[in-house]
Amino acid sequence: MRVAILAHPEPEPDLTNQYISVKGVGSEITLEGEFPVIEVERLTKYYGRLAAIHDVNFRVESGEIVGFLGPNGAGKTTTMRILTCFSPASAGTARILGMDVREHSLGIRKKLGYLPENVPLYDWMRVKGYLDFVARAKGVPAAQRPGELERVANEAGVDQVMGRIIRTLSKGYRQRVGLAQALIGDPPILILDEPTIGLDPRQIREIRQLIKGFSQNRTVILSTHILPEVSQICDRVIIINRGSIVAEDTPANLIRSEGKATRSQIVVRRPESEVRELLSGLPGVLSLQVQTPSSQDETSLTVEAAPDIDIRPVLARAVTEKGWDLLELRALHASLEDVFIDLVTQESEAEVAGDETSGKEAAA
Amino acid sequence: MTGWYAVFRKEVAHFFVSPIAYSIIAIFTVISGFFFWANISMLSILSLQAASNPMYAQRINLTNVVIRPVAGTMSIVLLLLMPLITMRLFAEEKRSGTMELIQTYPIGDMGVLAGKFLASLFVLAVMLAATGCFPLFLIILGKPDPGTLIGCYLGLLLMGAAFMALGAFISSLTENQIVAAVVSFGVALLLWVISYLSSFSGEAAGAVLKQLSILERLESFQKGVLSLGDISYFVLFSAFFLFLTLRSLEVHRWRG
Repeated sequence: MRVAILAHPEPEPDLTNQYISVKGVGSEITLEGEFPVIEVERLTKYYGRLAAIHDVNFRVESGEIVGFLGPNGAGKTTTMRILTCFSPASAGTARILGMDVREHSLGIRKKLGYLPENVPLYDWMRVKGYLDFVARAKGVPAAQRPGELERVANEAGVDQVMGRIIRTLSKGYRQRVGLAQALIGDPPILILDEPTIGLDPRQIREIRQLIKGFSQNRTVILSTHILPEVSQICDRVIIINRGSIVAEDTPANLIRSEGKATRSQIVVRRPESEVRELLSGLPGVLSLQVQTPSSQDETSLTVEAAPDIDIRPVLARAVTEKGWDLLELRALHASLEDVFIDLVTQESEAEVAGDETSGKEAAA
Repeated sequence: MTGWYAVFRKEVAHFFVSPIAYSIIAIFTVISGFFFWANISMLSILSLQAASNPMYAQRINLTNVVIRPVAGTMSIVLLLLMPLITMRLFAEEKRSGTMELIQTYPIGDMGVLAGKFLASLFVLAVMLAATGCFPLFLIILGKPDPGTLIGCYLGLLLMGAAFMALGAFISSLTENQIVAAVVSFGVALLLWVISYLSSFSGEAAGAVLKQLSILERLESFQKGVLSLGDISYFVLFSAFFLFLTLRSLEVHRWRG
């Protein structure tokens, strides 16, 4: 079956009839149309009896940088492997630029740049030879090849090491070569699996700068479990845990909507027990935590309140009505990390409960 | 399919950038050269003896004393060395993870396989070409039978191609190069000697085993006989294992 398909050149989908047009040449490709760049519906992939991902749905629009966030083994790499047409899904559909990954595999692969986790490269090759190989493999015409190599070398910052053997490169440069390889052929979509893993802080910053640079006229999906990375580069975050998507929004919205509680810090000149007694009785206050550097007559507390109300005026009023000195009152902003941990642990708790019942079902 | 040439170039470069191809070609030519020299020396001793025995002299010629025995030895050395060429074809890329990347380039599994298979055939062709001085010697110094020479080389090339296909398949099954080499060697050796069994097994089974044996097929090439059956045996052998390799690459995708 596969042989027959491959023996005949795969028909490229007629892009003009599918509400999509590709304008411009070289690096100025812009995609317009009613199609989302990536559209995933009920995607499921089993390894044996284990579902690596289950009923995953999401869309990525043109020009977005989307961060795929999740703990190790959550299904990030599996999803990316399906999108890059490396691995077929067990069920569900994934469409890229309106093309189905099953039917138009070769067509999609021309539009994708992929950087797998751990950056697999041919260690024995020189950087230039390697990039030349990739350009040939991606079908860059001979006349354009030298220009293309120069372009990606500049864009990924490997022009200084073109003559070096890949084995001798530092980890940061290996990563850059991996990025350069993904950029060859000027694909409108980049899929980067853990692009900053294992790098030192300076290299991480450099790679992030590069990725930001690439994303000017491209759609980028990157996976990571480094949280600041997401808030720094991504327009939108998809949080995936145990093979399912648990949240999907902009980093700011996620922090606002998914946070379990708003937190504020308050410092009052009064013994701890009294302050505690007063504040814990206020409506909306969920919990109080003492901050460590409370001195004799000053009490510093973190107040957790229901997410839908602003607790600060209530706190201020209560303290001043008592005639106590209010020394400090400020809102503590939840970080994406809090949201992430909340989502992931909530999931696990639910899963544990679910597992118990499903285990009983299986036994019966 | 279009990207096969990129893969072919990369594979050939890997063989010749590293010492792999050089060491294999050197060992092959040294051992073949040793037997060529030994058989030529034998021929000269036998010729002296034959001078006093005309009946004996009729059976002594280049084909019987030099060409066939040397071609036979070369085929055994090839059997030993082929797994070393094919063991890394897929196993190395699977282990390092570059297979994943190459399978997402717009090449297609068929193109990847074609590039790798043809690259290993290229190494084989260089190996055989390196022994080209043997027939050249014989042509300058004597009158070898051209049919036998062509048959011997064609037989070696086809057998080598069949082993390459077998080796490529086995390499695609594992991430471990040593395992790939050992299993390829074992399977090739079994197929080589399978005709030994034909004398013990029943008539029907014996006939089948004889048809499957590489050795039997190779012998007819070494007699200078080019039969459609023998050529198709090796071609189908190669095609069968290349087909299995494609399946195996697809399995690698599913598991990926």
